[in-house]
Amino acid sequence: MIRLQHLTKSFGAKQVLNGLCLEVPDGRNTVVIGGSGSGKSVTLKLIAGLLEPDAGQVEVDGEVVQTMDRSELAALRGRIGYVFQFAALFDSMTVAQNIGLGLVKQGYDEATIARRVEESLAVVELSGTEDRYPAELSGGMRKRVGIARAIALKPRYILYDEPTTGLDPITSAVMDDLMRRTRDLGVTGLVVTHDMRSAFSVGDRIAMLHCGAIRQVGTVEEIQATDDPVVRQFIEGRPGAALPMPAGGSPE
Amino acid sequence: MRRLGVDSVPIALFIAVFTGAVPMYFVGALVGKTIMMELGPVLTGMALAGRVGASIAAELGTMKVTEQVDALETLAYDRNSYLIVPRVLAATLMFPVVTAFAMSVGVFSGWITAINLLDLSSPDFLKGLKLFYRFKDIWFGLIKSASFGAAVALMGCLRGLDAQAGAAGVGLSTTRAVVLGCEAILVLDAFWALVLL
Ligand SMILES: Nc1ncnc2c1ncn2[C@@H]1O[C@H](COP(=O)(O)OP(=O)(O)O)[C@@H](O)[C@H]1O
Ligand SMILES: [Mg+2]
Repeated sequence: MIRLQHLTKSFGAKQVLNGLCLEVPDGRNTVVIGGSGSGKSVTLKLIAGLLEPDAGQVEVDGEVVQTMDRSELAALRGRIGYVFQFAALFDSMTVAQNIGLGLVKQGYDEATIARRVEESLAVVELSGTEDRYPAELSGGMRKRVGIARAIALKPRYILYDEPTTGLDPITSAVMDDLMRRTRDLGVTGLVVTHDMRSAFSVGDRIAMLHCGAIRQVGTVEEIQATDDPVVRQFIEGRPGAALPMPAGGSPE
Repeated sequence: MRRLGVDSVPIALFIAVFTGAVPMYFVGALVGKTIMMELGPVLTGMALAGRVGASIAAELGTMKVTEQVDALETLAYDRNSYLIVPRVLAATLMFPVVTAFAMSVGVFSGWITAINLLDLSSPDFLKGLKLFYRFKDIWFGLIKSASFGAAVALMGCLRGLDAQAGAAGVGLSTTRAVVLGCEAILVLDAFWALVLL
């Protein structure tokens, strides 16, 4: 279980998160929706220990990420897969090297690594691309390699940063399907997105991030039937003043 | 114009002294000393700060803004030991090699110039080269250039990893890396002048 407790984060004068609390239960996909710049990526980076919160803490399996030393943090990273918005594949490495890099660090032998790379590529339906370079792949393929790199470590959790943004509808559906299949393998997913179609399709639970905190959490049905005007406006995609307001400036 | 002219008087005198009143073989000594101790390491360092510092900053800056640095960390790699250390080590080892090459070319061209323009004979040039030559000079020069290599690579890494999002951010980091690299060379050069001489 991942528990976000009263997370606060500012960059300079700009407050991004303002006391965010959220629980991510095991074995299900939790989707965090929110407008561009609402702090979705920042939240994921706080969970993975890539950023430090100004206040509050993140608990993963009962351990507090912010107090971990180097080796604990390295172990944590073996348990959390991270799928970046633009895949963040290493340009200078082949697909196979990209996927195997985390396994090399965790100390697996070459045969195991080769087998895991092959398995992961099969899951994302990209078998045979082992020796290609990221520059030779389409955007959708790169994102799938990004997922393969995350699942190769057989993590308990996967954090997805806008997995369908910028993809055509069919490729988006493929990504959604992948995220559901990964969940069915027993992996807990935390997906951040502003793509409502994808959110309803992969989410078991949906939470809305607004003004630096969680506005509402609930099942897909609960969110679809919400009477909170801010959440309604967002899921229906209506323009208006309430939506992309920075933290602290909510017109209620 | 006047300032240029007046400022040139000392150097002109200097050259006159060396080419006239003093035995000609001092030219060899002058060429050898300045190239080994100063010109070789500093000029080579500056040239490499442009190439090496810029390419490191551009590479790491691109990795930073495309989240490849974050990705590396989520795979449990440490950015210092995986990205910075190898680059700093490589530059620390390679700068002296390039500098040694530059030194030999410099002394060689000094010799060609001396025998052609100053009517100096080769034995005289060599005699001068050896006269004030200390084996240490080459080592001092090479150690200096190793420190320049470390500084240039470190500035490239730090600026690159600091890059702000966008292509403009990477460009800015690259420029800063080169400027800082050159400044670091001048500061280190002054430092070594105090320590070694
Ligand atoms: N490293 C950073 N330095 C400064 N500002 C940042 C940084 N990361 C994010 N921000 C700012 O925090 C806000 C939230 O960013 P982000 O979490 O990336 O939004 P999104 O919800 O679109 O993923 C943005 O306004 C962004 O400019
Ligand atoms: Mg984002």
